[in-house]
This record gives sequence, structure tokens and C-alpha cells, in this order.
Amino acid sequence: MGQRIVIAGASMGGLRAAERLRASGFMGEIVAVGDETHMPYNRPPLSKEALASEVTHEAVAFRLRPAVADVTWRLGVRIASADLAAGAVRLADGAELAYDGLVIATGMRPRRLPTPGPALGRHVVRTLEDACALRGELGPDARVLVIGAGFIGCEVAATARLLGADVTVVAPEAVPMRRPLGDDLGAALQRRHERQGIRFLLGRTVAAFLGEDRVTGAELSDGTRLDANVVVEAVGSASNTEWLDGNGLDLSDGVLCDNALRVEGRPGVVAVGDVARFPNPRYDGVARRVEHWSIPTDTAKRAAVTLMTDLGLSGHDPAPFTPLPTFWSDQYDLRIQSFGTPALGGDDIRVLEGDLDGEVVVGYHRDGALVGVVMIGLPSAVARYRAELMRGPAAA
Amino acid sequence: MKVIVDMDVCKDHGQCVFSAPEVFQINENGRLVFEAEPDESLRDAVEEAADVCPLQAITIEG
Ligand SMILES: Cc1cc2nc3c(=O)[nH]c(=O)nc-3n(C[C@H](O)[C@H](O)[C@H](O)COP(=O)(O)OP(=O)(O)OC[C@H]3O[C@@H](n4cnc5c(N)ncnc54)[C@H](O)[C@@H]3O)c2cc1C
Ligand code: SF4
Repeated sequence: MGQRIVIAGASMGGLRAAERLRASGFMGEIVAVGDETHMPYNRPPLSKEALASEVTHEAVAFRLRPAVADVTWRLGVRIASADLAAGAVRLADGAELAYDGLVIATGMRPRRLPTPGPALGRHVVRTLEDACALRGELGPDARVLVIGAGFIGCEVAATARLLGADVTVVAPEAVPMRRPLGDDLGAALQRRHERQGIRFLLGRTVAAFLGEDRVTGAELSDGTRLDANVVVEAVGSASNTEWLDGNGLDLSDGVLCDNALRVEGRPGVVAVGDVARFPNPRYDGVARRVEHWSIPTDTAKRAAVTLMTDLGLSGHDPAPFTPLPTFWSDQYDLRIQSFGTPALGGDDIRVLEGDLDGEVVVGYHRDGALVGVVMIGLPSAVARYRAELMRGPAAA
Repeated sequence: MKVIVDMDVCKDHGQCVFSAPEVFQINENGRLVFEAEPDESLRDAVEEAADVCPLQAITIEG
């Protein structure tokens, strides 16, 4: 009793950390600080179902377990800085919060293009407000230019198309979702999008946005000019770690952690979710960030145990942390599901079942062993492949 | 404990099955079937299933 844990970031990772701390028996004070004004909500629908219908907090809010009823939520305020040696964070409103344990769950923000031109009409999709603003501009009269052909770009393109918009996707790579899907599956998905009426201009970037106050179009790197009144920038994300500057941490790509999610050499400080870079012995010793929805839940579970140990509240759990990354994407009526880490097996990709233009299972191998599976449809086969991956690469 | 799944929202992802196979199953048609009043001893597993449902389609009452 009497101990305080501060959770930095009040989204999925922050919520799951609070739940797991209570489930692990932490009885002290938990304060979650988040710069968004909302209670934690679910982001994936913001490019899918919610964007297609109505974007409200109610539609995407996470269920709150009774166990987290006594968590203090300080919302709408940013953490400006942290002094890990002193064990305190400073909020943008000047308040200082001392802690015994700190959970870093500040996630990512979308990268913005430095491209010149008007700002009005240019969107990103990360927050509820982003999705509301974009939703208001989508409809049959919209001429949408999506920049970036990753998952979020392709999902937004599909949703905009379902809403009747004219949609063009521009990206530097040769096929959409190439990383991690690979050329053949990426190309097959491109064909499906094209059949829905989406235009792809690949191998190009945007050189300039056209228009006076508001975007009216874009000029591409090859000189092509396009009309567009709505632009969506889906060009990747950057870690929200500036508030940790000055503490001597490795912040080159998220927050470097050990396998127990402890920030290197800092007992009592853990990271969870998108921002945590940790090694997964299921594959190797390389620390990686994993921007999948399954990761906040998995990392929070492990990080809570680590904090309990560091605060002297429970014994050490020696089991290595080996989560199976799980990802899905819905585009039209297509369900794309990924298990494991396909990106590690990009040099040896095989169709294991079905065919690329229908329902399919694609396997990604490293040194001959299965390290990831991507499935389109075939729900009854999910359990089998997932079990195979759970057994680990050595078994394949 | 009562389990409710909003079947208009559920898209048969099957994630719930991995957390609580005693309660949730995907049948041979690829559709979700579940036990609506599971035993109290399964509460933790059911809570976890509700957490990992990508569509957040599962609610627990009682
Ligand atoms: C549009 C969209 C669609 C997605 N679709 C899928 C999908 O289909 N499948 C899938 O597997 N994954 C998907 N994801 C990824 C998934 O949503 C993320 O992995 C998940 O949200 C990560 O949660 P997090 O809590 O780690 O980070 P975040 O959700 O980014 O939360 C971090 C929180 O911290 C706050 N914060 C940042 N800095 C500070 C500060 N200094 N002080 C206070 N608060 C701060 C932020 O405002 C934010 O609220 C999608 C993501 C997006 C944006
Ligand atoms: S995880 Fe959710 S969406 Fe998937 S089958 Fe279970 S209830 Fe349905």
C-alpha cells in the first residue's frame, strides 16, 4: 500500500496495463495520464466499420472492467517530461507526479508529409477526432487521394470506396502492403481493390499539393496531375517518446526494453504496446516494435508482472515472454488475418492452401521454418495454422 | 455469469476461441457458437475473450 504507479498514455496499452496491475494484485494508487480527452477506445474501427457508418466514442469505447473503477484518469493533459532518476513526471499543466512504478504506453502518431501546398483537406487517421473529420468529407462527391499503400491506407481506400467516393492510391512501392505480405499476395489484393474501382498509381510519390486555401489536387513525382478534394496521408507512424528525452534511454525506435518489458537498466519502468521495442525469443534476440492490436494486451500482462517484481510485491516470473503477434485487416468483405511475423520470412513465401485470388493461406519461412501465416478467408483453418505457429519455428 | 455476443457486430474472427475454448467455438461453417451461461470458474477466460475480440462484440453480465 501507499505505492503509486503512473501510466503514461491512456489508450489500449494504458488500459490493459491498469487491468493487469489490478489482476496481479497491485493495491496501490494507479494514475493514468493521457493527452486525448476520451477514455480509452479502440482504433481499428476508425479506418473500417466506424468510418463507414458513424464515428462516435460510444461506438468504439473499450469496456471497463470493474477492477479498474478506482484508477485515476487524468485526461486531456500531456506529459511534458520525465525524470526517471528522481521517479517523477511533469505534466504540461505544470503538475508533477511522483511514482514508484512507471508504465510507458504513449504509442505512435502518424507521420506527416513535408510536401508543400495547402493544408486544408489533408487528413491522417489515428484518433477519434481524425476519423470524425475525415468521415465528414467522405461521400459520393469526394475525390479521395490516399497516400501510402500499407494496411491503414488500403482500409481507408476501401471504406471511402464503399461510401461511393472516387479513390486513387499513390505510393512509392510497386505493390500494396508489400511489407509484410510480399509481391504476389500484395498484387492479388491490388487486383481485388481495382475490381472495386480503386485506381493505384504506384512507384510514385506526391511532389506537391495543388490548390489555394484547400487541396484541389496533387502533382506526382512523375509529373502526373490528379484532381482530389480529400487527401489521406497513411505513410507510417512515429513514436511518442520526446517526453522521455534527457534520461539516457535508447529512443531510436520506440523505447528499448528487455524481454520482460523493463526499460533497459531501469527497474520499475516498463513499456507496453506500439511503443515498446522488445526481443521475442520465439524468433531471435533482436528487439522489435510490433504495431499490432494484440500486443498492448500481451505486453501489459508481462509488464505488470515485471513491475510487481521490481516493486517487491511478488516473486520473479522466469518464463520468457514469447507472444505470437496477431493482426487482422478488413477490406470490403475480405478478412485478412496474420499470425506470427511474416516479415521475417519474406525470402521464402509459399501458398499453403487455396489460391491467391480466392481464399488462401500463405506461409512465410525463415531457414525453412514457418515464421508467419497470412490467411484470407478460410476461418475454419485458422486454429490449425495458429497452433502450428504456437509450437514455434523449430517444429515446422 | 451471462455471455452476450452482438452477432450483428461479430465477424467470426475466432480470437475469443483461443482465450476461452470451453465457451467459444467456431463451427465447421466458420461461424461462432458459444455457451451463454458458462460456469463461474471460467470467468477469467471469458473476460480475456471479451478483451481480445477485435470487434469488442462480447459483453459479460453478472
Ligand atoms: C486507423 C487504425 C487502424 C488500425 N487497425 C488495426 C488492425 O486492423 N489490426 C491490428 O492488429 N492493429 C490495428 N491498428 C493498430 C492498433 O490500433 C495499435 O496497435 C494500438 O492502438 C496500440 O495501442 P497503444 O496503447 O500502444 O498506443 P496508442 O493507441 O497510440 O495510445 C497511446 C496514447 O498515448 C497518448 N500520448 C502520447 N504521448 C503522450 C504524452 N506525452 N502524454 C500523455 N499522453 C500521451 C496518445 O495520445 C494515445 O492516446 C490500427 C491503428 C490505427 C490508428
Ligand atoms: S472474437 Fe469477437 S468477432 Fe471474433 S468470433 Fe469471437 S466474438 Fe466474434
